[in-house]
Amino acid sequence: MSNPDAAKMAGAAPPMDTVSCTINGVQVTVPKGTRLIEAAEQVGIGIPYYCYHPGLSAPAMCRMCLVEVAGAPKLAPACVTEVADGQVVLTESDKAVEARRGTLEFYLVNHPLDCPVCDKSGECKLQDYVHAEGRPRGRSLEAKRVFGQDDFGGDILYDGDRCIMCTRCVRFMREVAQDDRLCVVQRGHRSVIDTFYDHGVEGSPWAGNIVDICPVGALLSKDFLHKARVWDLDGTPSVCPNCSQGCNVRIDTRDNLIQRLRPRANPDVNSYWMCDYGRYRYDWIHRGDTRVAGAPFDVTAAGDIEAPQLRGANGSHEEVAWQAAVLALVERLEAARGHASVTVVGSALHGNEDNGLLMHLAAQLGSVKAVYRSQRAADEVVCPGFPRLARRRDLTPNPQGLEALGFERAGDDEGRGGLAAGNGVLLVLGDALADAPADFGREAALFVVFGRADTAAARNAHFILPVSTFAEAEGTFTNHEGRVQRYWPALEQPARVRPAWQVLGVLLAGLNDEAAPADAASAFLRIAELFDPFAGLSYATIGTRGALLNEPVRLGAGGS
Amino acid sequence: MAYPYRHDRETRVLSAHFGDPAARTLAGWRERGGYEALRSALAMGPLDVVEVVKKSGLRGRGGAGFPTGLKWSFMPKDDARQPHYLLINADESEPGAFKDRELCRWTPHQLIEGALIGAYAMRARHVYIYIRGEFFEPAQIIGRAIEDAYEAKIAGADVLGSGVAIDVTLHLGAGAYICGEETGLMNSLEGRRGQPRIKPPFPAAVGAFGRPTTINNVETLCAVPHIIRNGADWYRSFGTEKSPGTKLFNMSGHLVRRGNYELPLGFNLLELINDVCGGIRDGRSLKAVIPGGSSVPILAAEECDIALDYESVAAAGSMLGTASVIVMDDRTDIVKQVRRIVEFYAHESCGQCTPCREGTEWMAKILRRIERGNGSEADLDILLELGRNMTGTTICVLSDSAAAPVASSIHKFRDEYIARMRAPAGVPFPIGALTG
Repeated sequence: MSNPDAAKMAGAAPPMDTVSCTINGVQVTVPKGTRLIEAAEQVGIGIPYYCYHPGLSAPAMCRMCLVEVAGAPKLAPACVTEVADGQVVLTESDKAVEARRGTLEFYLVNHPLDCPVCDKSGECKLQDYVHAEGRPRGRSLEAKRVFGQDDFGGDILYDGDRCIMCTRCVRFMREVAQDDRLCVVQRGHRSVIDTFYDHGVEGSPWAGNIVDICPVGALLSKDFLHKARVWDLDGTPSVCPNCSQGCNVRIDTRDNLIQRLRPRANPDVNSYWMCDYGRYRYDWIHRGDTRVAGAPFDVTAAGDIEAPQLRGANGSHEEVAWQAAVLALVERLEAARGHASVTVVGSALHGNEDNGLLMHLAAQLGSVKAVYRSQRAADEVVCPGFPRLARRRDLTPNPQGLEALGFERAGDDEGRGGLAAGNGVLLVLGDALADAPADFGREAALFVVFGRADTAAARNAHFILPVSTFAEAEGTFTNHEGRVQRYWPALEQPARVRPAWQVLGVLLAGLNDEAAPADAASAFLRIAELFDPFAGLSYATIGTRGALLNEPVRLGAGGS
Repeated sequence: MAYPYRHDRETRVLSAHFGDPAARTLAGWRERGGYEALRSALAMGPLDVVEVVKKSGLRGRGGAGFPTGLKWSFMPKDDARQPHYLLINADESEPGAFKDRELCRWTPHQLIEGALIGAYAMRARHVYIYIRGEFFEPAQIIGRAIEDAYEAKIAGADVLGSGVAIDVTLHLGAGAYICGEETGLMNSLEGRRGQPRIKPPFPAAVGAFGRPTTINNVETLCAVPHIIRNGADWYRSFGTEKSPGTKLFNMSGHLVRRGNYELPLGFNLLELINDVCGGIRDGRSLKAVIPGGSSVPILAAEECDIALDYESVAAAGSMLGTASVIVMDDRTDIVKQVRRIVEFYAHESCGQCTPCREGTEWMAKILRRIERGNGSEADLDILLELGRNMTGTTICVLSDSAAAPVASSIHKFRDEYIARMRAPAGVPFPIGALTG
């Protein structure tokens, strides 16, 4: 923390565009125009709020962030009050605490105490603040207001009784989606969120976000309705796999099943938001036996093959141990080395590590033709209030990474066709080959599948090696603008499945006598050595906000 | 024709032509010296006009009593952020107030003249008169007067041949108390929900349509032509040192002669009630007075021997507000009256701020319960605490307004609340509302 007095004594004037104040005795220096609530957050002082949201305008109407500013006659809303030089701010003074306590009581006059059946329970700001600072008992003897529920269409259900009228949803639709479908109707204690007749939010590509930003359980996702208690969820930071935007998400799982995807904030990629297209397409990520029938998306990331398989002389496969599979495969690769044409099929659903090492392995064997297939939409769906964010045309997360690694796009916009197996070495990663003819790859001298889909074409492979999906492993995707971003394992993989980078690393070790990477970070460092676009990058430089390909190292850019 | 009552002790400046239909017309207004003050003002520099108004000590008549000249001086002195706007608050939504309505009805040109002088002084190119939607007749009269003023080249592109352009637009509200709050009014004028805005920024910096704006009350602007015509010293010859001038007192309640009376500020409240208004009706006695419109603390009868100026009423623990004096006789049921006032505020709360949205209705529910005979003394403590939590914690002062009568009535008429909770004499158990 800088001390302006010390700075003055040292003769160094603080730069003109910063201001300093003390908050609860802690000195904080921030750029001019910074609001108190943000300045406090920088020094770890939390000020409660409902209506404020860093991605939206601040109406200062929830009255939770009132703080005492020395010399001011009234408490000031920290969400709109700008830091002024020399300001002395108290967030925990008797006056401020008493005001919050009073305001919290007002919220509970009409908010139902139905936490046991409320989806928001456990991540509800009203619950949190009342537990922290509210009265142990309510004093209202009066009947509570009843609005009932309103189906807003699409995935959104509105429970007016729980609404605390923060208007975040209204402002989101107005300012971010720029699709003014929600408004406050009536006034005073009769105020309620509504839509124009029954127009609702159906068809809005962004409406799912209003459930995230609702501080209480007033806006509910029908998809998540009564599915899980949030304290039973395991949240894992990840990257949305449903287009090349690379929205930062949190995968919430329970009992090894994904319950929902929610956006994580990243000002460089998706702000606080994600689109409904990405949000609701998570079922395909599951293992085949846990997938819900009729899931909306037909890409197979994980299939039914969960142990290494070796094709016998009679054409049928037998399960073998990894050790046996790898030893046999290294022998075959060694034999093919140097005089083979190699066809590689990569996967835009797999990370840079997997695809990069696959490419490197292929390069050991002979001349390489590397392709990948990926679904593509007719157009983009841009977020009007944050135009850096869009549902991109590429409906897989990593086509940019594959291009950077030297793969070429093949097939049509449905992700079909465009494959030629040839009679050399054929290496397929993560592509189900669902559309390939039944004799696909029969002519190949060596056909290896790194994948789990049990399809007729895959069954022609000499080796089927089941590898982890992005949701089961650690790795990185490269988004549409070349930003490399990390994901972490959210799902437990079947016992005998291994990450592709590990399998490929071991195969390379067998071929080249080089050390196999022990973890994803080492695998990525290998990619950074091997492929120029990735040069200079590491998991440390990628951080939590990602790093652009070939960007100068930006240590600490991601914060913590 | 007496309107509807006159009294010798009145000083009729703004209300001199009340009851005189001829004064409504442009010709009639000119015959009575109308628009001469505007001509004089246009001959002065804008800042000189501001200076005269400053010197006169005129204070805003919309309730807050803020010095008008000072308010005008906050507007930018240059044209860098044009257009500037002058908004006229003719929403008059405070229960008990009915002065602006009469000013609009009888002296529309007095308002337009004051508005044009104010606009000239603040370099405002456009005047919006925001009139309460229920004021059908006053709105019609003002609308006609604006048309006549345009036709006579008093308003419009070339005000009285001075080369100054000032447009005047009449805008009807849609029926919300809160649109009488200046920033709520701006939102309403712009076509948004009538919800007060956060200050800062203040209207003189960012007001209507994002431009420098000043909002004045009808009565304030109606005083301006007289000040320009007769001078600041003349105006200061009425009223007190800190509250100069005359004021329209809106007298309602249990009085023999209710109505508007124009008196110098500092006039004694009891004299106003007993002499000017002829005393309490039906020979009853005085119980309580709300001196400044429904939003101010109640005065008990024994507190009423005070001068009616901003300072004296504040010293007595209430506010002069709009000088809308509601007089209650000894039969008045204070609990019921307070409940009605609070219900009004609960109904009119815009619903933005939680303490107001939830607090006003919670108070109304408790008061209803007390009125039905189901209250307890603990409820009174809760009401007082709610009032404290609703005061100074919101964007505007509507919730403060709801809390003020509650707190003051509990302090001054606690017995009446308690009586609602106890059994009447001779009855073995509380019977609540089953009295009478």
